[in-house]
Amino acid sequence: MSQTVLSARGLTKRYGRVTAMDNCDFDLRPGEILAVIGDNGAGKSTLIKALSGAIRPDQGEIRLEGKVVSFGSPIHAREHGIETVYQTLAMSPALSIADNMFMGRELRKPGLMGQVFRQLDKKRMRQIAREKLSALGLMTIQNINQTVETLSGGQRQGVAVARAAAFGSNVVILDEPTAALGVKESRRVLELIQNVRSRGIPIVLISHNMPHVFEIADRIHVHRLGCRLCVVNPKDVSMSDAVALMTGAMKPADVPIAS
Amino acid sequence: MKYIRTGVAALVASTCLAGSAFAQSSISDSSVCLITKDATNPFFVKMAEGAFQKAAELGVALYSYAGKFDGDHETQVAAIETCIAQGVDGILLVASDTKAITSSVQQARDAGLAVIALDTPLDPLDAADMTFATDNFQAGVLIGEWAAKTMGDTSDARIGLLNINISQPTVGVLRNQGFLTGFGVEIGDPSKWGDETDSRISGQELSNGNAEGGREGMENLLAIDPEINVVYTINEPAAAGAYEALRSVGRENDVLIVSVDGGCPGIEDVASGVIGATAQQYPLDMASLGVEAIAEYAASGELPAATEGKDFFDTGVGLVTDAPVDGLDQLSVEQGRELCWG
Amino acid sequence: MPKALDQENLGQSEEESVADFSGFNDSFGTRVAHFLHNNPATVPLIVLIASMVIFGILNGSRFFSPFALTLILQQVSIIGIIAAAQSLVILTAGIDLSVGAIMVLSSVIMGKFTFDLGLPPEISALCGLLCGTLIGTVNGMLVAFVKLPPFIVTLGMWQIALAANFLYSGSEVIRSQDIAQQAAFLQFFGGTIRIGGAAITYGVIFMLGLVAVLSYVLSQTAWGRHVYAIGDDPEAAELSGVNVKFTRVSVYALAGLICAFAGWVLIGRLGSVSPQAGQLSNIESITAVVIGGISLFGGRGSLAGSLFGALIVGVFTLGLRLLGADVQWTYLLIGILIISAVTVDQYIRKSV
Repeated sequence: MSQTVLSARGLTKRYGRVTAMDNCDFDLRPGEILAVIGDNGAGKSTLIKALSGAIRPDQGEIRLEGKVVSFGSPIHAREHGIETVYQTLAMSPALSIADNMFMGRELRKPGLMGQVFRQLDKKRMRQIAREKLSALGLMTIQNINQTVETLSGGQRQGVAVARAAAFGSNVVILDEPTAALGVKESRRVLELIQNVRSRGIPIVLISHNMPHVFEIADRIHVHRLGCRLCVVNPKDVSMSDAVALMTGAMKPADVPIAS
Repeated sequence: MKYIRTGVAALVASTCLAGSAFAQSSISDSSVCLITKDATNPFFVKMAEGAFQKAAELGVALYSYAGKFDGDHETQVAAIETCIAQGVDGILLVASDTKAITSSVQQARDAGLAVIALDTPLDPLDAADMTFATDNFQAGVLIGEWAAKTMGDTSDARIGLLNINISQPTVGVLRNQGFLTGFGVEIGDPSKWGDETDSRISGQELSNGNAEGGREGMENLLAIDPEINVVYTINEPAAAGAYEALRSVGRENDVLIVSVDGGCPGIEDVASGVIGATAQQYPLDMASLGVEAIAEYAASGELPAATEGKDFFDTGVGLVTDAPVDGLDQLSVEQGRELCWG
Repeated sequence: MPKALDQENLGQSEEESVADFSGFNDSFGTRVAHFLHNNPATVPLIVLIASMVIFGILNGSRFFSPFALTLILQQVSIIGIIAAAQSLVILTAGIDLSVGAIMVLSSVIMGKFTFDLGLPPEISALCGLLCGTLIGTVNGMLVAFVKLPPFIVTLGMWQIALAANFLYSGSEVIRSQDIAQQAAFLQFFGGTIRIGGAAITYGVIFMLGLVAVLSYVLSQTAWGRHVYAIGDDPEAAELSGVNVKFTRVSVYALAGLICAFAGWVLIGRLGSVSPQAGQLSNIESITAVVIGGISLFGGRGSLAGSLFGALIVGVFTLGLRLLGADVQWTYLLIGILIISAVTVDQYIRKSV
């Protein structure tokens, strides 16, 4: 048993003369919600892209459950059980909820129809999709065959999170899940995230919304100038302290650091 | 710039066939432009071939241009401008838009170039210095007379006409009206088709002068009147398409198909009974006579006169059939083969 | 967790406030749009049936005869096949302007290889099919890997394939009688099954079979769902794990293969190999696809729709010719149909 699910040491990424990530460390523990906060341009998204396989770091190593991994693509990362919900959600609006949940990992029918005629097992995919949504309390979505474009923003976020939770056996990464949502819908999505954690899946949450972060995060990774500045516990620090850390107005030495 | 591409394509195609046209072109000082409707119709491909042969023989420099497709007026205008800039002695022009091109033709003539219209007369005819063409009305008359004489009693005739295209170009009108006149149908306004009232005419369709259009047009004619027994076609590819449509309903042997052109595949179609008779025209002659005329013009300033009784230089037409009738000058398939153009 | 709902009790879920996301608005207009969205071939099917009824009433038995009705099928067979290829490409939000040129070049290769190189017609046909697939693959590679816009790639390929066709064939026709004597295999698709006045060519059967097979592939296989996903949002598809590049290349390659088959069917229909044929196929296929309710923006529509689109054009053409109307009326009405179809598409896109 390793202490961290996903960890990174000394990640560096340069774009020409710009260093987007500078000797950055990262640790995610089992079953926790780890929030990643940081000012715009601090390099949060570069870190997340490296963890989700969208970019390959120039230096440094990523370990998944203690083993060194190197992801060539998001699909590769997914094969290792790391699921990412992008801010854009990466859904096909004209396709149904079930189609979207299984996009890129469709199930085929058993036997001749599946092997020779490559026929999809739509019934089973629909059933699984419905189960996954129900498990997360999302079955007010009337019809699993409904197209995603008929859903509200919150419902779409819900489907995207459900998709990630359904397949993310190791880690679910959420990029600004509440950014585009109203108060009521944000609340539902936060409940949903806690729901996912309660099923034992650790979550990386990137957010600008301090109240949301402080409400649900177990630990907060503060990102500044391309690397991890410190990790704090939301119970020990105030929101304004966190913002001060992000902007450089406070030093890590000034606040209690999480274990 | 598109005309350059098609021009080059025509040049490549033509030089492959005509051999070393350019090698000999520096002997004489005179030069000629040939501008055709397109570089894909075999009629124009052969015309260019004839022109290159004659130019090589006379040591005349020949520049060949073509529209991108039949009806591509802009490219032809640009080609005329290029020819003026090149300072050639004359232009051989197969016009796509016989009316609109006249202002460009006038520019060329003002610049001292002789312009000879080939195949297609300009509108007005005297917009060009001279016209070398088939008498298309006469071509129509010949196949009309042949069809009437072959049938004998024409009172039961049910005529389907497969014309060229919607814009009713002069060539198409002349052939259509010539055919009807030769067949013994009273025509209306001779400058357009479709205004005849004779009940023997079952219908008129468009073929775009190709096999695809010929087949579809014939199918439509058969849907209008399944009993059609005489079919006029604008050219031989359209006739071949019409034959396929007739064959698909098992009527290929009881319908007379007549056509105009005299291309080699068309003559073979006459030989194998697809086409009853076709009026053959001579594009190689048009082109080679044209090149000669311009070379002569460059030397002496003289252009040939029109054929007697006509307002253009008639390059002749021959009726080719495998089933000759009395009272008409006809060529056998063998004679037609010798004269055919591609 | 309670098994909350099934599709049957849709709409009654409001009481069940396990999670009350608001925002699903099911006004009548939305429902209509939603229905049309899920059944994109409905509008063209209605238009097809309506136009058949109208022309049937106006023309009487001349139109509603087995001869005329099967004639329409024969007349649309080429465009129907090309439209199937075009549909695949347009579903990925691309466009293929080279379809007609690929068709003609393939048919010329089938003919020339048989008559000039002396290959057996079966081998020549295979070479023609390979040629079409190859051109399609090049289109696909340029779109997927070099990331050039499909319009530009296929505009260029249209010119290249057409010029190659004319250069190679010298614009010369291979006559029907010669093919029938020496290489009847090339005319295979011209073979006809006659039942009374009805005449169904193998080309027509091929078109119907092709639409059926492709419809199955698009709706029942992962590849088909990926085609839609790419047309909808290629980045989302990529992030969801779809191999976008491979799928794109395969779509264009398959379109090329289908066009080559269309070239073979064309030989059957014309009897001859004609380098001049098919010059308007790209526009005509796009017309059929658009009237058939496939969105030019990709991701929406069905293959049955584009078959209906091709049939609508066929019904209008023959119906109006039987009425003796000027050909321009056909173009005018088809123009109206195109604009109406795109308007309906916009309505569906905006209101769901």
